[in-house]
Amino acid sequence: MDFTLTDDRRMLKDTLSRYLSDKYGMEHRNKVAYETPYHDPAKWAELAELGALFALAPEDKGGFGGQGFDISVVFEELGRALCPEPVLGSLMAARLLGAAGGDMEPLLSGEVIHAVAVDELDAPYDPADMAATAEAKGDGHVLSGRKTAVYGGQAAQVFLVAAMLNGKPALFEVQAGDAQTVTYGMMDGGGAAELMLDATPAKLLMADAGDALADAQNAGVLALCSEAVGLMEVTHAITVDYMKQRKQFGVPIGKFQVLQHRAVDMLTEIEQARSMVIKLASELDGPEAGRFAAMTKALIGEAARLVAEEAIQMHGGIAMTWEYPVSHYAKRLVMLDHQLGDTDHHLGRVIEGYAA
Amino acid sequence: MELSYSEEERAFQQEVREWLADNLPADIAEAGRAGDGLTKEMMERWHALLNSKGWLATTWPVEFGGPGWTPVERHIFEEECCRAYAPRIVPFGLSMLGPVLQAFGSKEQQDHYLPRILSGDDWWCQGYSEPGAGSDLASLKTRAVREGDHYVINGQKTWTTLGQHANKIFCLVRTSTEGKPQEGISFILVDLDTPGIEMRPIKLIEGGHEVNEVFFTDVKVPAENLVGEENKGWTIAKYLLTHERTNIAGVGFSMQALEEVKALARKVKRGGRPLIENPLFAARIARAEIQLEAMKITNLRMLFQAQSQGAPGPETSILKIKGTVIHQELRDLARRALGPAAAPFPGHVSDGNIVFGPPDTAHNAARYFNNRKTSIFGGSNEIQRNILTKTMLEM
Ligand SMILES: Cc1cc2nc3c(=O)[nH]c(=O)nc-3n(C[C@H](O)[C@H](O)[C@H](O)COP(=O)(O)OP(=O)(O)OC[C@H]3O[C@@H](n4cnc5c(N)ncnc54)[C@H](O)[C@@H]3O)c2cc1C
Repeated sequence: MDFTLTDDRRMLKDTLSRYLSDKYGMEHRNKVAYETPYHDPAKWAELAELGALFALAPEDKGGFGGQGFDISVVFEELGRALCPEPVLGSLMAARLLGAAGGDMEPLLSGEVIHAVAVDELDAPYDPADMAATAEAKGDGHVLSGRKTAVYGGQAAQVFLVAAMLNGKPALFEVQAGDAQTVTYGMMDGGGAAELMLDATPAKLLMADAGDALADAQNAGVLALCSEAVGLMEVTHAITVDYMKQRKQFGVPIGKFQVLQHRAVDMLTEIEQARSMVIKLASELDGPEAGRFAAMTKALIGEAARLVAEEAIQMHGGIAMTWEYPVSHYAKRLVMLDHQLGDTDHHLGRVIEGYAA
Repeated sequence: MELSYSEEERAFQQEVREWLADNLPADIAEAGRAGDGLTKEMMERWHALLNSKGWLATTWPVEFGGPGWTPVERHIFEEECCRAYAPRIVPFGLSMLGPVLQAFGSKEQQDHYLPRILSGDDWWCQGYSEPGAGSDLASLKTRAVREGDHYVINGQKTWTTLGQHANKIFCLVRTSTEGKPQEGISFILVDLDTPGIEMRPIKLIEGGHEVNEVFFTDVKVPAENLVGEENKGWTIAKYLLTHERTNIAGVGFSMQALEEVKALARKVKRGGRPLIENPLFAARIARAEIQLEAMKITNLRMLFQAQSQGAPGPETSILKIKGTVIHQELRDLARRALGPAAAPFPGHVSDGNIVFGPPDTAHNAARYFNNRKTSIFGGSNEIQRNILTKTMLEM
């Protein structure tokens, strides 16, 4: 048994951590996260140069990582810095392209930003419910339907789109220039797009993409949950620090036992969350990835809300302000539950497993 | 035991309901439904409408222009207002300063200020909190020094709600540093146009502007603006805080939120079915509804006690704690139900016409975040528990 990171991953972690704390401080983050294009193209290129994207794919696909622990190292650091760059789309696209056998170099080098379009307004979270359809036309295909909350879609040049073809979920590539998009900034910073497909030309990558989509979603869940662990640890650290500084009634508020115990409860939940993320990372390429992804996302959904709400409450008014970092960490922690399935969705998946 | 309203109370309820149906402007009700905030003009228009009906100063005695309602009638009025999506009246002049002047103000102050609160000529804001004095309000440092017939004020107030619309601020200031901190505090009225005052906006978590910082540099305020005696302001501050706590349970607002959540969960889908059919989500709604049903009665029990015994007791802290938690939970559900459609930052969408969720839901995430404030202000839920520990448990 060994719970330490390999040297390579430790180096990657340190590199990203140093870069993000030097170059992606809170002030800069808030400036780019809430204004078009809702990320920083120059910093995106620098992150890619540091290997943040190459780490997401295995060597035989042109990367240098691609395992669960590579993914969790990268996203935990992005979480710590509250980084709004559209890396989630790259990860999920890398999983999909890896399965479809496409060229990964433009994606991994950061040159071409990819976004993955699966969710729909009436079919959030589960591709099995989706309504978007594909039709053969000429020697290609055309797609119709609306894809919602495509993370990073405001910046993407290429969309990987799931749509029903002959009763099966299929995977297509759509060039941003061919698709009508509505772009927006998100509540918690960063951007997304709605993809309005209307006989939009598309290239078929996989006719039966059910398994590949499930794998991309499991990897995406691991990424989000790793990000959440980074977010929670920073949020907790700032809160504890504030409790030691802030004085009311002549003493630091950290002297009030009722707050002490709640800060300890936050810590306990964060430790549990980290353990579950480690478990999922180790199972990501195994047969039970889906079950552990569901468990992890359900657990993180509750832990993240607790940490966000308690951090605000125990700070008092200051954490209600835009100027104070905790408000932005809290928003990200809460809104993360709206991505790739919320707590109830994943609890439901765990429960479904009992019937089998 | 008789849980229903008397015949007269039911007739009153009907009267209020009909008046609201005829007089509440549709654009104001719609702004309340959408939850994206009222403009100053809307708040003033509603204030004037209620004033012309004589239903504005619901807590004031008749001699000062109040309607002379019992606590139960006030409750009925508030309930009906919520049902109709009438906005909450800005409380600083009507529910806070008004009662203070009636109890502690001079005849001149009452004659001058009370009519101006009713007419809307004065918009008051509350200058209690400071950067260093939140829960521990008595540690406030803003100094007022008597010089001839003036006080000279230096210091800073913060969290001043809707100060950007106000022309006046009532402040707690330090007039003495001797003895216990509570003993050197005075209550003073300040015109925001006085030289030396600077107001700066504070942007909140969801991006809105509803609070401000107010800086005082050598601000000269006439000595006659002092309310009550010098160094006796703490008594007034505490009196005001009990008035701040009326309608603290916010039952009507939670009933609105519950209805919104149910309607929303019937419209949005999960797994091809309406979300409300998902047992996990339905259980969340049910838990909140059960709590709210109990809270309605807890609220009425305390109201009844206030009606028969005069003043509300320290048990109202229970209403504050539970009332805010229920409402926050419902706001959580209204956000959660939207799924990915909760993601857009309102106003940051490249095509403003595009629809994400059902009508009036675009602000659901923003409202959830903004509502975290309710367990912090007006005495945080931790401070309320401290009060209950002392008064109810006697520990
Ligand atoms: C949106 C908003 C609007 C507001 N509007 C106004 C306004 O118009 N006018 C005005 O004067 N003020 C206003 N306030 C200020 C509000 O009253 C204060 O935020 C509140 O009193 C808490 O103070 P604080 O924020 O400084 O937190 P602190 O007092 O620093 O508290 C920090 C944390 O410590 C806890 N704590 C403190 N003391 C104890 C204790 N003894 N035991 C256990 N826990 C404790 C608190 O509960 C909280 O969790 C507003 C605040 C907000 C957020």
